[in-house]
Amino acid sequence: MQANTLSGGFADPATQSAHAFRSVMEAMARPGTIQDIEGAAPPAPLSPAMGAVLLTLCDTETPIYLAGDMDCEAARAWLAFHTGAHFVGPAHCMFAVGKWDALAPLAVYPIGTSEYPDRSTTLIVECSELAAGATLTGPGIKDQATLSLPEVEAFQVNPTLFPLGLDFIFTCGERLAALPRSTKVS
Amino acid sequence: MTEYNFAYLDEQTKRMIRRAILKGLAIPGYQVPFASREMPMPYGWGTGGVQVSAAVLTPKDTFKVIDQGADDTTNAVSIRTFFQRTAGVATTTATSDATVIQTRHRIPEEPLHEGQILVYQVPIPEPLRFLEPRESETRKMHSLEEYGLMHVKLYEDISRHGHIATSYAYPVKVEGRYVTDPSPIPKFDNPKLGDMAAIQLFGAGREQRIYALPPYTQVVSLDFQDHPFEASKADHPCGMCGATDSYLDELIIDDAGGRMFVCSDTDYCEARQAAGHKGKDAA
Repeated sequence: MQANTLSGGFADPATQSAHAFRSVMEAMARPGTIQDIEGAAPPAPLSPAMGAVLLTLCDTETPIYLAGDMDCEAARAWLAFHTGAHFVGPAHCMFAVGKWDALAPLAVYPIGTSEYPDRSTTLIVECSELAAGATLTGPGIKDQATLSLPEVEAFQVNPTLFPLGLDFIFTCGERLAALPRSTKVS
Repeated sequence: MTEYNFAYLDEQTKRMIRRAILKGLAIPGYQVPFASREMPMPYGWGTGGVQVSAAVLTPKDTFKVIDQGADDTTNAVSIRTFFQRTAGVATTTATSDATVIQTRHRIPEEPLHEGQILVYQVPIPEPLRFLEPRESETRKMHSLEEYGLMHVKLYEDISRHGHIATSYAYPVKVEGRYVTDPSPIPKFDNPKLGDMAAIQLFGAGREQRIYALPPYTQVVSLDFQDHPFEASKADHPCGMCGATDSYLDELIIDDAGGRMFVCSDTDYCEARQAAGHKGKDAA
């Protein structure tokens, strides 16, 4: 076991996760806004923002899928120690973690059922940048917003499934943004 | 504060509630099931709202609680004190100073701004429950978008009373998809639900449901072309501050049938009185 497996969690979990959650919630409630999030120092390839989101939302009840490079011993050991979450394949995960290319294809993730659309995966996507980009409209957005997306087409298909669909959190360094299934992209 | 975890609830419970809140925001108007906990107050006293508030509060927040508009009723005072003691947050009665406002059955008169969160206490989150008691059926009705029964109910109001007599918990449709119960707010408040700058979160403790309206969400009160929705209030000015645009409570003040009308939003009324506005019953 690496020494950094045990370090890098929240020093004061109750208040740090409260602040981190508010960042995640503001991002999800206002798609296109970029929020600061801090408090976690996970081992690479997890970014600080990715680590903070996972510490805030994951525990023994949330199966995680680690995609591509993220599926490494350092990430597995750190998440297992700090969250207790177990690791599964994409078809059964509640949270999927990875870079955009590694997370494809999106068709394998649960999108919920018509009676329980909340039983769907939230994908946490590690991005190289968060900036202005594609035009967003929908709930949470006054007039319109803009956000850099790894591609456009997949995010145009996703809202057509509403109320089913996938929700996305984009992390980069110590910042994050989000794109719920209700947001239309053009 | 060392006797309790910050904001009373344990961290695993807060994570579960937080996940439900995020799904609620992603699917506006859909009721997300959650594992409601026992709180140190009875069901019906706002346990759903309290759990949602506990999951969103940070130590930096300023917290306000209103019960039917008032900051000084038992329910409001006890919940405000609860979070003062268990979360150590600052509290206020001024709507504009608060970052998190927990409410029972009202939306403040003063427009809310970005950065604020409005947490509703919800007794029965299912708008179809009094029309169809079986959860298995109402869930199917929501999944099939089968809301004809709700229109029949409103139509029966018209055939019996000549107008839509539903005056509170007036059903709304969110983003053209889910019919949602706005909690028992007077229908006077319904127009404020849509296009609001603040985040609106709804918690039903006994019924174990959380739902949400992100800011600037489209919320439409159900109606008919020939009987359009009307946000109604008592046709009087406030007796204390003279406001003509606020929702009023009717108070019986003697045994001879004397009565007066006052703002239900105490902060709004007090601020107006402090600014020199005076109604006909003001001392």
